[in-house]
Amino acid sequence: MIEFRSVSKRFPDGTLAVQDFSLVLPSHKTTVLVGSSGSGKTTLLRMINRMVDPTSGSVAIDGEDIATLPPVKLRRGIGYVMQNSGLLPHRTVLDNVATVPLLRGTPKRQARADALVLLDTVGLDRALADRYPGQLSGGQQQRVGVARGLAVDPNILLMDEPFGAVDPIVRAELQQELVRLQKDLDKTVVFVTHDIEEAFLLGDQIVILREGGRIAQVGSPADLLARPADDFVASFVGADRGRRVLHVERHGAEDVVVDSDGRLAGVLNGNPAEGDR
Amino acid sequence: MNLFADAVNWILEPANYVGSNAIPLRLAQHLVFTLVTLVMASAIAIPLGYLIGHTGRGRGLAVTTSGGLRAIPTLGLLTLVALWVGIGVVAPYVALTVLAIPPILAGAYTGFEAIDRRTVDAARAVGMSELQIVQKVEVPLGLPLLIGGLRSATLQVIATATLAAYVADLGLGRYLFAGLKTRDYAEMLGGSMLVILLALALEGIFALIQRFVVPRGVSGRVGGRAPGTTDSTPVSHSLRTEDPTVAR
Amino acid sequence: MTWVLANLGLIWARTLDHVVLSLPPIVLCFLIALPLGWLARRYRISRGIILTGAGLLYAVPSLPLFFVLPAVIGTGLRSPLNVIIALTLYGVALMVRVVSDGLDSVDADVRQSASAVGYSAWSRFWQVELPLSGPVLLAGLRVVAVSTVSLVTVGAVIGVQSLGSLFTDGFQRGIQAEIIAGLVVTVGLALVFDGGLVLAGRVLMPWNRRAAPSKPNVPVELRAT
Repeated sequence: MIEFRSVSKRFPDGTLAVQDFSLVLPSHKTTVLVGSSGSGKTTLLRMINRMVDPTSGSVAIDGEDIATLPPVKLRRGIGYVMQNSGLLPHRTVLDNVATVPLLRGTPKRQARADALVLLDTVGLDRALADRYPGQLSGGQQQRVGVARGLAVDPNILLMDEPFGAVDPIVRAELQQELVRLQKDLDKTVVFVTHDIEEAFLLGDQIVILREGGRIAQVGSPADLLARPADDFVASFVGADRGRRVLHVERHGAEDVVVDSDGRLAGVLNGNPAEGDR
Repeated sequence: MNLFADAVNWILEPANYVGSNAIPLRLAQHLVFTLVTLVMASAIAIPLGYLIGHTGRGRGLAVTTSGGLRAIPTLGLLTLVALWVGIGVVAPYVALTVLAIPPILAGAYTGFEAIDRRTVDAARAVGMSELQIVQKVEVPLGLPLLIGGLRSATLQVIATATLAAYVADLGLGRYLFAGLKTRDYAEMLGGSMLVILLALALEGIFALIQRFVVPRGVSGRVGGRAPGTTDSTPVSHSLRTEDPTVAR
Repeated sequence: MTWVLANLGLIWARTLDHVVLSLPPIVLCFLIALPLGWLARRYRISRGIILTGAGLLYAVPSLPLFFVLPAVIGTGLRSPLNVIIALTLYGVALMVRVVSDGLDSVDADVRQSASAVGYSAWSRFWQVELPLSGPVLLAGLRVVAVSTVSLVTVGAVIGVQSLGSLFTDGFQRGIQAEIIAGLVVTVGLALVFDGGLVLAGRVLMPWNRRAAPSKPNVPVELRAT
């Protein structure tokens, strides 16, 4: 369990990135921080592994204030995946995955063997093990990034817009992979994105952020869609327009579902409970 | 072309291979002097450059000082130091170490600066200590530009060591000044050709070294980069072997 | 200081000598490097030959070049022409690369749109590519200027008079003030040339005034010997 206790962060240049932010991120769930740029979502994420230290307030992992932990040791126990993969360009794929175990003193042979298994886990061909990051596609690099994040079998996995720089088709593929992985691995995942669709797809708990790290609403995807706290959230999740607002039309003998623009969204199948209409 | 024939004859003349003025001896002096100067300058410039490159502090000062140092005419510095410490090898050593520092310093810190900040950030985020970031990320990735700086410094020192013969009994430059005094053009030209050959040979060696120190995976020779991989582009761009900072 | 005050005439005369030796190489190298740099960028083969040649030429130390040049072109060893030609060669060696890089730095979109609106290759070069690569050329020329002013002093050891003569004379006669005066005036002269080029750049490239760099940011090494 990760807990933010009235955390604020003012950067040296004076910008207030996060203001009095409190939140509990439950264990073994995926919490998605979603907001536009300037919402402080990445700053919040980086507070969890002390890449950023709060100006006031504290962050606790399983009840322990992380300010008391040495940052380097803390980071080695937390998986981190970033947008541009952040791989070391002069090391092979395998050595990149094995980076953190080697830092922690795992014998080289062992670390490499484990890394090979991780390539399987993230759906990468073992033949790529000896390639350099620059020789991989963007999607493959991100998979290596995920494998590196998982290399020390961390309880917590931090993901900072990990699929932001790949094309839409690859992104969809990677998102599905992550859903599958999380089913198997059951980590506490903290995921940052500006894409609400991605948040709905991956998140158990979604945090919608306004500017300056203020929480607009926290809840499950269904909560946010069905009961947006205000217009900001409604507009952000798109509850007020397009294909989020569906209604049923009678078409001959069948019920078809149509969105607010009148475009056909699907066919109503089975007997849904009355209340859901 | 007669002049060159005379110069070549002078170079091949067996009498020039014995005694205290022998060509091999002068060549060795020139090389040892260059090497020692480079080692001394590197001992100062590399740690300092790494510190500047890693912390990002003191860069403005380094740029200004280096720029100022480079505008100072070498001959002036040589003669001035020679007047202070007397005729001998000390003056050239001091003057040339000072002159060799700026290119090495620049090579060291620009090597670090050219690394994609996100690569360093990621290394820190996965739990590398600052020392490990320097050792495992910044030093290997910054090596090509450092070697470029050393290459500039070497050519600079080889050249200035020739001039140093004006104030000290040292190196191949002696032939130039001795020939000038006795109006022996074959000696002047022969000595000049030797220095030029030495400089070009070292230039060639450094060109080869630079090919080999580009870390594998960032040389751009390891095959095409897939679309959407924007991350490594700045690094590989700045590490191009034909980068103007490294080739002179 | 006493020496300086007593020899202002000498210093002034040497300064003029210095200007006469350093101005022609700066101007000439630009004029020569322009077509060569264009050629280096235009064809793959010419690029390899020109840039490799320039790199090797730049690696040749100046003092030996002062000795070798007379044997090649028949000038006298103590002829100022010897120094001027040698420094022009260095300038060309550096500027060829700068011109080629500068032309490279012009946005491909700009180049293509210039062609699209009807510029011929010739007019496109003069009216679009050259002006737009101006900042890079200027930065390179500033490096050449500072380096040339410094290198002229080396000629003093073979007897070509310049501010460098203050070094050789001061050294032989043991007058520290003379050497220091030479250093100060040489660096000062380099600054004047540099300032002149910056000023010329502002006049010729008004669109660049806001972003005019205070330091040459072309990453080329200065040669000092």
